[in-house]
Amino acid sequence: MSHYDLIVVGAGIVGASCADEATAAGLRVAIVEPGPIGGGATACGMGHLVAMDDDPAELALARYSLRRWEDHADLAEAEFSRCGTLWVARNETEAAGIAQRVARLEASGGEAEAVDAQALYRLEPALAPGLCGGMLAPREAVVYPPRVALHLVRRARQRGASLYAGRAVRRLGRATVTLDDGTVLAGPTLVATGCALPELLPQLPLRPRKGHLLITDRYPGLLHHQVLELGYASSAHGTAGSSVAFNVQPRPTGQILIGSSREFDVTDPAVSGPMLQRMLQRAFDFMPALRGLQAIRAWTGFRPTTPDGRPYLGAVPDSTDLWVAAGHEGLGVTTALGSARLMLDLLQGRPPAIDPAPYAPARALA
Amino acid sequence: MTERYDVLVVGAGPARVAAARAAASHGARVGLLDAQARHGGQVWRHDVLHGTPRPARIAFDLLARTRGHVEWLPQHQVISADHRTLLVETPRAAVRLSCGSMVLATGARELLLPFPGWTLPGVTGAGGIQALAKQGWPVRGKRVVVAGSGPLLLAAAATLRRHGARVLGICEQAPAAAVAAFAMQLWRWPARAVQAAVLRTRLAGIPYRCGSFVRMAHGRDALCGVDVDDPHGPLHIPCDLLAVGYGLVPNVELASMLGCALDHTRIHPCVRVDTLLRTSTANVYAAGESCGIAGLAAARIEGSMAGHAAAGFPAAATALLPSRQRARRFADLLAQHFALDARTRTLAGADTIICRCEDVTLAALDGFTDARAARLATRCGMGACQGRICGTTLAELDRFPHGGTRPPLFPARLATLATGDPSTP
Repeated sequence: MSHYDLIVVGAGIVGASCADEATAAGLRVAIVEPGPIGGGATACGMGHLVAMDDDPAELALARYSLRRWEDHADLAEAEFSRCGTLWVARNETEAAGIAQRVARLEASGGEAEAVDAQALYRLEPALAPGLCGGMLAPREAVVYPPRVALHLVRRARQRGASLYAGRAVRRLGRATVTLDDGTVLAGPTLVATGCALPELLPQLPLRPRKGHLLITDRYPGLLHHQVLELGYASSAHGTAGSSVAFNVQPRPTGQILIGSSREFDVTDPAVSGPMLQRMLQRAFDFMPALRGLQAIRAWTGFRPTTPDGRPYLGAVPDSTDLWVAAGHEGLGVTTALGSARLMLDLLQGRPPAIDPAPYAPARALA
Repeated sequence: MTERYDVLVVGAGPARVAAARAAASHGARVGLLDAQARHGGQVWRHDVLHGTPRPARIAFDLLARTRGHVEWLPQHQVISADHRTLLVETPRAAVRLSCGSMVLATGARELLLPFPGWTLPGVTGAGGIQALAKQGWPVRGKRVVVAGSGPLLLAAAATLRRHGARVLGICEQAPAAAVAAFAMQLWRWPARAVQAAVLRTRLAGIPYRCGSFVRMAHGRDALCGVDVDDPHGPLHIPCDLLAVGYGLVPNVELASMLGCALDHTRIHPCVRVDTLLRTSTANVYAAGESCGIAGLAAARIEGSMAGHAAAGFPAAATALLPSRQRARRFADLLAQHFALDARTRTLAGADTIICRCEDVTLAALDGFTDARAARLATRCGMGACQGRICGTTLAELDRFPHGGTRPPLFPARLATLATGDPSTP
């Protein structure tokens, strides 16, 4: 039986970040991943590094994490592109909320500014006429998450971590895990398996939330910022069975990544024609020029969603040396690095830089 | 709005024409989809100088005179499919077509094997440049080397010569003994023997080198010459064009999207069909090269069989079974005698580009044993062709199998995907 200071189960962006952070702290680490590194939700999302201001706890974690992401701004593997985030208002009601959102983002230590309609069209001339201005977060960026996860795992391995690739955890014991080939590893265990969390920790409620994305051929110069509708948060954080929101991203290649959709209670990973149709119609409402572009690929993914939308970060209640970092929904890439730092602080008994209480797994069992 | 047909036939070549004719002969209303603006596909492509090949003209005439109703739908590109409903893009619109049964005759694409210089302008697929020449791309006076494997090299060389190219030689990778053994068997298929004799006449004077293959293409901004490995020693041949094709690979993407089981016994999957050419998906039939590379004769017979069966006349299909088996045996003969020399799979160097869409080199793919992991880390196969070229190459190089295709099957306008919805007719 091999002994480790930490066994990280799952090598998505969250598990990879935890393994990287743990090896940086000198821990002897094992990583267990049955599939490709960063092959789950990490591979399916947009890789948008964004602060959302509607939940103060989520905002604190995002801000803490976004500062960590700045360390990766020059990393080739990250494909870090500081395109900024431009939120657009459809009507005066949405526009009226901008001042408050700017204030909240700035209070959290971020940069944000209101833009009037004229400035909006200067920033993104292809937007549909009739929009009422918006809000620009100029320092926000996009990355390519699967390669970051791969980089973090490689770095952890250079620092001595063992990777159990192609292996799944069959059973969690008391500070041991049993792999599907019968291997037993001993040590404190951190479960970061995203949507697969219920297989190992069924006591923590988590539902997969399906999303669609589509990427176009290369159209350099058509889109400059990650552009979202201000109503995005109500789609993202609402609990409707299905919803769509306008969310487009310029990739460094000139390709345009188009989202987004959210569906509960769907397990089929196939691209759904009706959902794609709704999502694209929404995008055309905000950017009619998209209609004539060539789509080259559509795909889906599943976001690990907790009942209150916040991730589980901390000790698993009623267990020994068992930890969890999962349930980041659509913000796993943004908050992975901060989540990992927070987990290491908790694991090593240090007071974290941000209040861990809102993410404590115990809340789900209360 | 969804237009409904009794039988929809998807594809381009001879199998498709035969299927439409057979289905319509029973009175079925048939929709015949073609991504191109003209009838023909690859084998029967219309030639700007020499018109449509005679057998194709005859087939098209018969089709026009067929009892029942065949609606020819040119420039209809299938984008996605679900439950016998197709989402189709035309130059101006998006349409949905549904049907009682469907015949897939999606044909094959060329197998391209990478070697240093294979991405230089001037290097094309053998079938690719044949198609270009027929469509009027100028080759007159150009010095061309034709290379790769199989009888299709002869057809490509003949077309190029007819269009005024100077064909400097044909490099066939199969050894002379294998080619001779193949020729000895040809008498069993008289039509093929005649075809071979005609091609031989048309290619008189052009060196046909057996056991030879292009090791490297040279040039800075465009091709200027090739290095050839020949049993009689290495050769350098200055040339303007290299037409290279190592055989054919079945197109199975649409079948796969329709849920049809694939046969993975060979390196490249083909659609699995039973003796009536039924796929594993109810009311979906497949014919021709997509069920395994077998050439024109088998494609025509299978097209007819699938057309009969799809129209609800399995007895008419069964009657053709012996001819089909005979034609398929010709395919086995081809596969046996033109099997690829292992050396043709080892030509790419560490810095040779494998994925042309995303500029991924062979070395960047070292260590990956799975198409998805490689794609996520390197973007290999993430481009517009969705790995049709590099995925096939990597399977041939024994790295990992092709990872499959996601919708749309071919690049399509966003407006098409937003208006057409195959799953809610």
